[in-house]
Amino acid sequence: MTDATASFPPAGVPPACEEMQLLIQADLDGELDAAATAVLAAHLRDCAGCAALQRELANLSGRLHAELRPEAAPASLRRALEARLAPAAAAPPAPGGFRRRLAPLLSFGAGAAIAASLALMLPRTGADPDGELVAGHIRALQPGHLTDVASSDQHTVKPWFDGRIDYAPPVMDFVAQGFPLVGGRLDYIGGRPVAALVYRRDKHPIDLFVWPSQGSAEPVMDTRNGYNVLRWARDGMAFRAVSDLNAKELADFARLWQGAS
Amino acid sequence: MNEAEFARVALPHLDAAYTLARWLLRDPVAAEDVVQDAMLRALTYFAGFRGTNARAWLLQIVRNTAYARMAQRRGVQEEPLDPDGKHEHLADPGGDPEAALQGAEVVSALHRALAALPAELRECVVLRELEEMSYRDIARVTGVPAGTVMSRLFRARQMLLRIGRDAGAKERTA
Ligand SMILES: [Zn+2]
Repeated sequence: MTDATASFPPAGVPPACEEMQLLIQADLDGELDAAATAVLAAHLRDCAGCAALQRELANLSGRLHAELRPEAAPASLRRALEARLAPAAAAPPAPGGFRRRLAPLLSFGAGAAIAASLALMLPRTGADPDGELVAGHIRALQPGHLTDVASSDQHTVKPWFDGRIDYAPPVMDFVAQGFPLVGGRLDYIGGRPVAALVYRRDKHPIDLFVWPSQGSAEPVMDTRNGYNVLRWARDGMAFRAVSDLNAKELADFARLWQGAS
Repeated sequence: MNEAEFARVALPHLDAAYTLARWLLRDPVAAEDVVQDAMLRALTYFAGFRGTNARAWLLQIVRNTAYARMAQRRGVQEEPLDPDGKHEHLADPGGDPEAALQGAEVVSALHRALAALPAELRECVVLRELEEMSYRDIARVTGVPAGTVMSRLFRARQMLLRIGRDAGAKERTA
């Protein structure tokens, strides 16, 4: 992304002021701690440029608050969802266009077919979620893309996902067994962020995608575009290992996971 | 899957969900559609929800659903990332395509300026200024580190300030 934004103040911002800009903003956003607030206050006393920026940003926030309001969801949308989610789910179907939109929801019914929810766990992947995972793996093989957090320490990788996705993937290191943890990254599969743990077997990277789902514990091997894809499930999580590693060693990797506690 | 429990947790955030979708998609019909879609998906993920901060959890799903929709419909002219070209368009109050955002209401210059920011910058402003979320929660919704949220917010605000200054200069010379 090219940054065509003019910096402020326009001409020659001194390095000290550049550092102050994010502090000024954080202060206005209520995100600054006491120590940083003191540093900022001292700078603002001596720097007319930063003081002007502070006034401008404060003014902008005030105008945004005054002129823009959160929007109320349309009543039709709220009614349709309320009717759908009410305990008496036998509520009359939503009128008009909502019938079509809500059809998948209504099919969930009280018994909530697990198969249906499984299909929805990886939405928008079309008929070939494995293909999309392999595409994610191939994308990640570009230099510098394999990991967002590079660490062989599971206690570093696991908390990295906290706040980035709405579930906590299990993270294990199998360095002693020849599958060292390399790091983790966030991948987007079907528009949804999914945890990818990255391992290595000799020179072969292994992506292990993990997301909450039920499924068969028994590993199932598949291939896509020359990559092996091994899937299994345990403890409410679905696992997909994707690698150019041979099928036998990838199965060894899966067994380590299944034997781990 | 407890639908009543999901309704209790999720429906209080329906306005926030709709606001975000509306600002991302800039189209009320598509926004309504995306929010329905997102709620459906949220219901299926609800078992994995750990019970902290339902609003950020839900808005993350809304946001991802909206981005998937925008990717589907490149025709909506998402992400041109050409701020200069957009500013010129913005400085001209005539022929205003963003008026559709508020129906027949008069749309302020600031409103139009925000609507014209790249989506990654726009969503940070909406989440911070309209929803009053913390950096940490915005990071969670948008899937980037808090430091990136800060720099995106700052860039967004710089652009809004500059648009305001440009518009002011134009008025004075007119
Ligand atoms: Zn300064």
